Amino acid sequence: MAEKLIAGYTVDVNEEGYLTNPDQWNKEIAAEIAQELGLGELTERHWKVIEFLQNDFKANGKLPTIRRVNKVGGISTKELYELFPDGPLVKAAKVAGLSKPASCV
Amino acid sequence: MKKLLILGAGTAGTMMANHLNKKLNKNEWSITIIDQDEKHYYQPGFLFIPFEIYSEKDVIKEKRRFLPPGVEFIQSPIQIIEAEKNQVKLNDGKIIPYDILIIATGCRIVPSEIEGLDEGWRKNIFDFYTFDGSVALRNKLKEWKGGRLVVHLAEMPIKCPVAPLEFLFLSDWFFAKKGIRKDVDITYVTPLGSAFTKPRASAVLGNLFVTKNIHIVPNFNVSHVEADQNKLVSLDGKEVEYDLLVTIPTNMGDEMIERSGLGDELNFVPTDKHTLQSKNYENIFVIGDATDIPASKAGSVAHFEAEILTENIISFINNKPLEAKFDGHANCYIESGYNKAFLIDFNYDVEPVEGTFPLAGIGPFSLLKETRINHLGKMAFKFIYWNMLLKGIPIPTVPPHMKTSGKKL
Ligand SMILES: Cc1cc2nc3c(=O)[nH]c(=O)nc-3n(C[C@H](O)[C@H](O)[C@H](O)COP(=O)(O)OP(=O)(O)OC[C@H]3O[C@@H](n4cnc5c(N)ncnc54)[C@H](O)[C@@H]3O)c2cc1C
Repeated sequence: MAEKLIAGYTVDVNEEGYLTNPDQWNKEIAAEIAQELGLGELTERHWKVIEFLQNDFKANGKLPTIRRVNKVGGISTKELYELFPDGPLVKAAKVAGLSKPASCV
Repeated sequence: MKKLLILGAGTAGTMMANHLNKKLNKNEWSITIIDQDEKHYYQPGFLFIPFEIYSEKDVIKEKRRFLPPGVEFIQSPIQIIEAEKNQVKLNDGKIIPYDILIIATGCRIVPSEIEGLDEGWRKNIFDFYTFDGSVALRNKLKEWKGGRLVVHLAEMPIKCPVAPLEFLFLSDWFFAKKGIRKDVDITYVTPLGSAFTKPRASAVLGNLFVTKNIHIVPNFNVSHVEADQNKLVSLDGKEVEYDLLVTIPTNMGDEMIERSGLGDELNFVPTDKHTLQSKNYENIFVIGDATDIPASKAGSVAHFEAEILTENIISFINNKPLEAKFDGHANCYIESGYNKAFLIDFNYDVEPVEGTFPLAGIGPFSLLKETRINHLGKMAFKFIYWNMLLKGIPIPTVPPHMKTSGKKL
């Protein structure tokens, strides 16, 4: 397990820079990861997505699908793409401090 | 007399009927199992049909042959589960009450979730996730002279998440054997960031696409198909052209789950990931592809779950806490062509790593390594499935919980 300094905090990350300990996440870390991913300043609409992902992950133990973000989270797929272009779930999950969408290998 | 009712006599339902038939007291409990189909399909075999490695007879047998005599089998579509009333209604209106219900209705592909697929369906768009689909694709491949083959994954989760990769590797081999590999451009289109998403597996398997000359288009979330133009279009306007499209459409739980108000947005049933009890009803349990748990949807997973669920149902009947805990254990071969395969073994907490299986240091199978023995293991699986797995006969040295010995953690 690697450690990384993000926004002045030392956090545990995996090989690809995803946080591995959700307790270490905070909003400043999210903002810096967003910068790294080229998403710019996080807006209220971004936070709505991040909060939905985190709450849903807590409840179900897994990252929701784009379909679920739309149906249950009420965030349209079009908007999700505008907020997190090119691979929205991959990027949103990273900002939210969650594991990335995975297959089994 | 109390009634235990099982919905679905596929891999998971059949195993549960066999396990419980041995364990339940016949003076107190009767077991009934319902399925719409009289035939049992060995779904892992569908992968081999397009490449003429298996034929029809390898993958179809009568369901009844695998159910013990003491268990009542009703062949009928299930209309709805009325969970508040502890009963199930069949299509002909017949009502079946239950004391304990096991949902094992699996999942299936729903091509209509992607606009435009219908127009090219079975012309130059195929699937291999259904028996009919795999046979139709075999017939297509017989006459296909080459061009752009696109293998496409619509969205996760899907059953047997490694099957699209296996299909790619087997295609590469199949066209090479036919002498037309140079005329075939193979591309994999996936919504995930890469073909292998777990870091340890990616490190070992990552170069397979390069060595086999398979192209990949990652982060592609399909919006629709323009069948007249032979084009896949993504939500953010990317396009991929194909001559032959092999797609794995959205996988969903049965519509009956939706009619019953028991599913999530994909008709999967919210289930406790350790005990396999439904999150909403104490006397409903869920197993196999029908659950929403974050484990792989695979026959091997259903096999491990069945042993845990059997223990928990016995505990439930005896008013004891549900102590058996499923750890998410999965064990999958990945066929890679040229009579070789990989093997992966993992669970909720441990990703696939290198090592030996099932015996520490001995094997005979190697994890995350391409070997001939692994391939033989995969091919032997058909025999084990029909003769041991379905009947609930334990496989020696392969317990339900994942072993960490023999693994490079
Ligand atoms: C191409 C392919 C390759 C695969 N390869 C592998 C592999 O290599 N290894 C592996 O472990 N797994 C593999 N799998 C996955 C494996 O086949 C499934 O995970 C397994 O069959 C799941 O078992 P199940 O009992 O949950 O569902 P199923 O076996 O699909 O059974 C569900 C049953 O429910 C019945 N049913 C559903 N709804 C109703 C209704 N309303 N009324 C009446 N009956 C109903 C169906 O008729 C069916 O018989 C593969 C699958 C595919 C498609």
